[in-house]
Amino acid sequence: MSIILDHVNYIYGEDTALMVKALNDICLTIPKGQFIGVIGHTGSGKSTLMQHMNGLIKATSGHIYFNGEDIYDDDYDLKKLRSKVGLVFQYPEHQLFEMDVFSDVCFGPKNLGLEKKEVELRAFDALRKVGLPEDLFYQSPFELSGGQKRRVAIAGVLAMKPEVLILDEPTAGLDPKGRDEILGQIKQLQTETGMTIILVSHSMEDVAEYVDRIIVMNKGSVMYDDVPKKVFAHYKELEQVGLAAPQVTYIMHALHEKGLDVKVDATTIEEAAGDIVKALRGKA
Amino acid sequence: MGIIKAKDLVYEYIRRDEDGNVEGINTAVDHVSLDIKQGQFIAILGHNGSGKSTLAKHMNAILNPTEGTLWVDGMDTNEEKNIWNIRQTAGMVFQNPDNQIIGQVVEEDVGFGPENMGIPTKEIWERVEESLRAVGMYEFRKHSPNKLSGGQKQRISIAGVLAMHPKCIVLDEPTAMLDPSGRKEVIRAVRGLNDVEGITVILITHYMDEIIHADKVFVMDKGKIAMEGTPREIFSQVEKLQELRLDVPQVTLLAHELKKQGVKLPDGILTTKELIAALGI
Repeated sequence: MSIILDHVNYIYGEDTALMVKALNDICLTIPKGQFIGVIGHTGSGKSTLMQHMNGLIKATSGHIYFNGEDIYDDDYDLKKLRSKVGLVFQYPEHQLFEMDVFSDVCFGPKNLGLEKKEVELRAFDALRKVGLPEDLFYQSPFELSGGQKRRVAIAGVLAMKPEVLILDEPTAGLDPKGRDEILGQIKQLQTETGMTIILVSHSMEDVAEYVDRIIVMNKGSVMYDDVPKKVFAHYKELEQVGLAAPQVTYIMHALHEKGLDVKVDATTIEEAAGDIVKALRGKA
Repeated sequence: MGIIKAKDLVYEYIRRDEDGNVEGINTAVDHVSLDIKQGQFIAILGHNGSGKSTLAKHMNAILNPTEGTLWVDGMDTNEEKNIWNIRQTAGMVFQNPDNQIIGQVVEEDVGFGPENMGIPTKEIWERVEESLRAVGMYEFRKHSPNKLSGGQKQRISIAGVLAMHPKCIVLDEPTAMLDPSGRKEVIRAVRGLNDVEGITVILITHYMDEIIHADKVFVMDKGKIAMEGTPREIFSQVEKLQELRLDVPQVTLLAHELKKQGVKLPDGILTTKELIAALGI
């Protein structure tokens, strides 16, 4: 149960003057149940890569296997793939259109040709999973707050019961609490249902806190692919490609330079605080 | 009176059904009074739906108050005849750079504003040049905006406002869609405008670390100003901010966490330097 990308290349406008190599020899394995963060500056190929995973874009060359089957085979059912690999675009609330929240979430499963009862069960379940209060289910989606709309849009994809959920900057423009709530619920989904999560994000702090593995994209290639600690140890190289480490990593480096015996690879506040307290005690 | 002054400002969104009957009223801004002085760097924080964008849209007369008054450089935004002068005095930059750029070439885009004001051609070019230099984008003047990164596009948007020689710039979440280096570029450019050019800046953001240098911070909740003060005063109140669905910069949060674990530290540490000094290492 996994996605395998085997030497995937994608070229925009091949054989024209505007040719751009958007993906360059990508080889990746996405095993079931992982929480993966994808980071990279604007134009690094993150979104193009995500659109390959559910067959929205077809690679110029190379192969993609979903659960062992080549998705480019002539008789492969791409429609089924898209129900298994759910993609939540940036600002997904712009895609809400139904009269009420519940109907909007039903739209996806209804199109899978499921029975009405099953569709409604799935919609209820999805809305509960994203933590939307029940009194909002029959309101117009356009009267909700930004964070609530975003949740409805995510529920719309969850109702398709995907095995893999890809989210392209799900927290852009949300307030800090909204950011924490949505990411917390996604994390819970992963631990409770074993869903594979791929999170595209510009927030290094969020990525550091939630994911098991980070893929760093640069100029269409995979630059790093490792656990957060190891990726953020390359903070100088990350800065050169428009990224950064979480702020707390910089603080730890600064403290270390001043002679405090702390580990420089802390990526979350909790970890850093524990380590500083230990170092201060050691000094005293 | 400062550059922007609001007195008992109220704004209500009226919801209507299909027949035009009033279904309900949402008070987005609820009796806000504030006075912003020329040259200040002001930050406005608040959770989604707290009313900060609605308030900002009053500052260049995109919205007019339901009750109360807002003055921009002494001009009442309720008076129709002031609108063009108000929009030249207070420029606005929005979240999505792609919605704000219209020119095919960077310098044409930046020249659009002054051209519409009827500025002589020679002066337009001078303004385009100085504006692009101020945001560090002069070398891209002949480029197509389509090929630029998000941070670069956003700086072009800022230059476009700057070329109209405003006294005040209102930025509504200008970095929400940017990667870390784009965010840094934009904030550096904005601080430059304030420090070097003396332009009043009103920055709305969800990124707490962008506003540690602000002169004053307003925190909005339910259409009202819930907190106001210097960044240090505001960020000293970690729990209160979290109740308002906000956050503090990571250094401040780390210091707060250390304090809880028994390390002696003052409240409201805003930078790594301050943390190092306070730890005495």
